[in-house]
Amino acid sequence: MRTIMLAAAASLALAAAPDRAAAQTMLAAVKAKGYVQCGVNTGLAGFSQPDSRGQWKGIDVDLCRAVAAAVFGDASKVRFTPLTAQQRFTALQSGEVDVLSRNTTWTATRDSSLGLNFAGVIYYDGQGFMVPRKLGVKSAKQLNGATVCVQPGTTTELNLADYFRANGMTFKPVVIEKLEEVLNAYFAGRCDVYTTDVSGLVAVRASRAPNPADHVILPEVISKEPLGPVVRHGDDQWFDIVKWTLFALLEAEELGLSSKTIEQNASSANPSIQRFVGATGDIGKMLGLDNRWAFNVVRLVGNYGEIFDANLKPLGFDRGINNLWTNGGLMYAPPIR
Amino acid sequence: MRGVTVLAWLRANLFSSWPNALLTVATLWLLWRALPPFVDWAFLDAIWVAPDSKACRAAAGEGACWAFVAEKHRFILFGTYPYEEHWRPAAACAILVALWVASGLRRLWSWWLAPMWAAGLAAVGVLMWGGVLGLPFVENQRWGGLILTLLLTTFGLAIAFPVAILLALGRRSGMPVIQGLCVGFIELVRGVPLISLLFMASVMLPLFLPERVTIDKLLRAQIAMILFAAAYLAEVVRGGLQAIPRGQYEAADALGLSYWKKTLLVVLPQALRISIPPLVNTFIGFFKDTSLVLIIGLFDLLSTIKVSLTEPAWTGFGVEAYLFAALVYLVFCLAMSRYSQNLERELARAEAGRRT
Amino acid sequence: MRRRSGSAGVGGGAASRVRLSTGDPRLRALAYQAAALAAVIFVGWYLISNTLANLEARRIASGLGFLGREAGFAIGETSLVPYSAADTYLRAIVVGLANTFRVALIGIVAATVLGTLVGLARLSRNWLVAKLAAGYVEFVRNVPLLVQLFFWYAVITENLPVPREAVEPLPGVFLVNRGIFFPVPAWSAVHGWMLAAFAGGVFAAVAYAWWARRRQARTGRRPPVLAGAAALLLLPPAIVWLAGGAPARLSVPELAGFNFAGGAHLSPEFAALAAGLIVYTASFIAEIVRAGVLSVHHGQFEAASALGLRRGLALRLVVLPQALRAIVPPITSQYLNLTKNSSLAVAIGYPDLVSIANTTINQTGQAIEGIAIIMAVYLTISLAISALMNWYNARIALTER
Repeated sequence: MRTIMLAAAASLALAAAPDRAAAQTMLAAVKAKGYVQCGVNTGLAGFSQPDSRGQWKGIDVDLCRAVAAAVFGDASKVRFTPLTAQQRFTALQSGEVDVLSRNTTWTATRDSSLGLNFAGVIYYDGQGFMVPRKLGVKSAKQLNGATVCVQPGTTTELNLADYFRANGMTFKPVVIEKLEEVLNAYFAGRCDVYTTDVSGLVAVRASRAPNPADHVILPEVISKEPLGPVVRHGDDQWFDIVKWTLFALLEAEELGLSSKTIEQNASSANPSIQRFVGATGDIGKMLGLDNRWAFNVVRLVGNYGEIFDANLKPLGFDRGINNLWTNGGLMYAPPIR
Repeated sequence: MRGVTVLAWLRANLFSSWPNALLTVATLWLLWRALPPFVDWAFLDAIWVAPDSKACRAAAGEGACWAFVAEKHRFILFGTYPYEEHWRPAAACAILVALWVASGLRRLWSWWLAPMWAAGLAAVGVLMWGGVLGLPFVENQRWGGLILTLLLTTFGLAIAFPVAILLALGRRSGMPVIQGLCVGFIELVRGVPLISLLFMASVMLPLFLPERVTIDKLLRAQIAMILFAAAYLAEVVRGGLQAIPRGQYEAADALGLSYWKKTLLVVLPQALRISIPPLVNTFIGFFKDTSLVLIIGLFDLLSTIKVSLTEPAWTGFGVEAYLFAALVYLVFCLAMSRYSQNLERELARAEAGRRT
Repeated sequence: MRRRSGSAGVGGGAASRVRLSTGDPRLRALAYQAAALAAVIFVGWYLISNTLANLEARRIASGLGFLGREAGFAIGETSLVPYSAADTYLRAIVVGLANTFRVALIGIVAATVLGTLVGLARLSRNWLVAKLAAGYVEFVRNVPLLVQLFFWYAVITENLPVPREAVEPLPGVFLVNRGIFFPVPAWSAVHGWMLAAFAGGVFAAVAYAWWARRRQARTGRRPPVLAGAAALLLLPPAIVWLAGGAPARLSVPELAGFNFAGGAHLSPEFAALAAGLIVYTASFIAEIVRAGVLSVHHGQFEAASALGLRRGLALRLVVLPQALRAIVPPITSQYLNLTKNSSLAVAIGYPDLVSIANTTINQTGQAIEGIAIIMAVYLTISLAISALMNWYNARIALTER
């Protein structure tokens, strides 16, 4: 009897807890705990990776820092949870992380049925193929019968199978979980072809190939891979904050504001800049943030171009379609007004 | 004189008969083929320090690149813990190792091991988390490397052990329901791979909890490790319980001791004594098994080594990296296994002494 | 309740009733068990209700319906069960299961052979051999299997050449970083008949051995069992082969396009996983074999030779049966460990059950079902093997008087 009473009491106590939590907005909850919990990749060069000193580096990491800067005016108030591909959505859904910034492709299924919201695109990617030059392959259509190295648990694996089926070709996959192992397999000639996002191919060719000219990236891009930060359904305010933090990074580059120049330019007469730094208007307040949110983001983290140059350029990445729309790319932020 | 004894030793141990001599020669030939190239690669032609990986890439195939380990050793040992505070996990590691060593010395086996462990673990907690005594707070998402491996092992075993004793007692109790539950749990956990328990902890556990109630990733993995260790330790303890002569139980009953008094004062001390060697072997296995948390994205020692390999400048030195990992695990496991062998011999001697 | 009745009661009668109700071990046992059962049921109910609510909230489908849907991903090793990306998840999981069994079976056989050799080597009177075997056991046992798997995979893929520069140690056998290619007899109908003849031979050999034992019991003379059984096993397939026209065509691997075609093939993932499992498990089996042989008292051997048994017979009839009693139970649990450890395949890309279930979970989001399938399969294997072991143990157990 006493057991049952205790059990009932315990269940009541536990049942009451989530209701209290649900009553609070994400922003209030984040402010109350004092940091943004951000889900990142366990190790993907240029996107999120701890360096030799254990500091997280990469554009996905910088987005997290930008959100922290927008919310707290302090880019260091962020904590990182490294997640595997398998864990990432569960971690976001269960509230273990506040933002998922882990090179995640925006798809309809994920946006709708998984209960997630994609807050924009931080990097436009697409899947491609890399082959050793000495094989003499010029087009992906010539890959019939090839052995293909691929990492599992991502859309990459599915696109690969789709592409070969659509073109009536066969292939032999070598599916390896860890990037390091996959790369070893490809460069050792275990596979004829390595497939991943083109960004990854570029980085790998530049940094890893003994002689980069020995490897060609085939012209076919077989998928669209818009990578972006994700939040869960149910709190539009938090969704807006992440979304506009990302836009602020793009807008700053367009306005010519960088971490080095924004303090001098804050008093610029340009009304767009005045609105951006929060000198006029109250966009920050509408988001539930400090009015200098965008100013803080750029001052502490930099604009999109700076982030790209710091993390991806050294690996051999090209701006390409990730350039601003004014430079012929796809990066376009709605007006901040 | 000396030369004669060496010759005699050689004849007795290496060339006692024709087949034996043949075997010796064949083995020596194999060693001669394998060892020199390995020594060349691992030591003579190896690159020990280099500012970047270029020198290593140039020597690829001929010499090992230990510069990789030199460059990454801080990350491998301490993961993403704040760089300036690395002395804290280092000190915590030292405390944990000291605690284990102290608990291994038979001279120190007494009641005050318990408060020593409590104080030691408290010190580890203070060092790792900080937030007091002027130490900046470090959240446990940032813990990584060797200390994580040691913590998973220590807390896994420390919590699993009492649970295992209860499970073993439950399995031997006469109560069918309790027995059934214990047998069911033990067989279920022992029947599946650890990796499936870790998957369960990392993917399913969040679904088991009410919405917005979350348990830290490290803690979830720790729970899975505890369940796993408890089931295996329970079987070892049960082995010890079974080895106790019936007479001991009957004598305790005759004294009118209650079940718990009988168990705590008569049965368990003897059973645990008998099971110390297999327990240490289970500890070794568990220590090695902590490396599996790599698969669910925790930064244990093996995981930090693998993540180090993902930095483009340093990919491709897998063989060196894994040899280093093997070496670190070997040091810990070999120490434990040597200890267990010595202890086994000592206990056997003590036992023999008592019998005569 | 009890306390009130005690306080309201009068004198010794009530007191004894109190002692009876709280002190009676049977009653207390019942109470403990009821409490334990209630706690387990409550926790189970609580978790299940949470899970259902969460699945509902996150719109994750439940049930095994996904097994019938198209998987859409390709699998690298489908030698045992034909499979293409257009097949269902169920079929993909069956492929994974077949791959698990394949590596486990080969691993068990090879680890037993290697482990026995190393275990006997440790007992060898040759100092060098014994020390080397001891070093092997100490090193391998004390390094996590996962580290060893990564190591083997790195060695195989980094140190063997590409197909165009294949190493050919024997004619028709090629070592490349795509694995090992070797020739096999091209399949013909005669091979099927040979298999049938061999199966018949197995039955005949078993019957012959049984008859020989009966005859020995009756007459005291033992017919040549080994030679007779060997003849019964090997002759029928050989006769069938000759009668079928002795087909001797080989399927030899050849470089075709990107890779070798024809012959049989072991992939590097399979080779690395098998090598890791074999080397690791063999070190444990070696210790078991050593302990088993040492457990047989030396007097047994001496007594057997005093009875006039030859060395070989003494080993087979006296020492081995006793050593086996000590060896079989722990070695079975090593077989079980090997099978469970094969799940680490996911880390180096061999498509075993866990690896494929993992991909399935990623794609469908149905983690509970996926993990339940993994657990159910391994649990079935474990329980089946331990049932078999218990049966065997009961059969060979020492009958003590």
